Amino acid sequence: MLKNYETVFIMTPVLSDEQMKEAVGKFQKLLKDKGAEIVHEDHWGLRKLAYPIQKKTSGFYHLIEFKSEGSLIGDLEVAFKRDERILRFLTVALDKHAVAYNEKKRLNKAAAVAETNPEA
Amino acid sequence: MANQPNSEIKYLTPIAVDVKKKKYCRFKKSGIKYIDYKDADFLMKFVNEQGKILPRRITGTSTKYQRKVAQAVKRARHIALMPYVADLLK
Repeated sequence: MLKNYETVFIMTPVLSDEQMKEAVGKFQKLLKDKGAEIVHEDHWGLRKLAYPIQKKTSGFYHLIEFKSEGSLIGDLEVAFKRDERILRFLTVALDKHAVAYNEKKRLNKAAAVAETNPEA
Repeated sequence: MANQPNSEIKYLTPIAVDVKKKKYCRFKKSGIKYIDYKDADFLMKFVNEQGKILPRRITGTSTKYQRKVAQAVKRARHIALMPYVADLLK
């Protein structure tokens, strides 16, 4: 049975733009290869951390929302653990309320963009 | 007693009688079903200055949503959106 998941990971701030894209691409590829369907992605960019992790005070946040079998999560987390560029990761299963919330948030965002663009 | 005209004791200002304002669960009231752990600003309402989760008796949150608040705060801490320990957070 397919379930909805959401994963947030933090990459080290020492990466260049290209290195970061490469790292993100690696995980996207891993997900796709294992048969997951990526629903949404959001790159938050460089953010300050609330507390230092591995002596770093900031990091690149990236969020991927996807649909997949539960068996894939273990592989994904192993890949996160083995990758030295990843400071922290969090994968959560989404219930129906969470999925609805995320969809609504995306719609609102799209509406806000559509509203501001014609004026500008 | 204070309001009776013949009363011995007279107050300049009426005694403040505590009218307890009933606490309510904000999630039930506004129909919020999911608490987002990525929204750190919102979760800040449920922690004290040291970053500790506030008890239900203070926030008035219902048991069901208190569990979800606690879960969301803990997730936010894990991905460094909120601190585990802090001083003068607010």
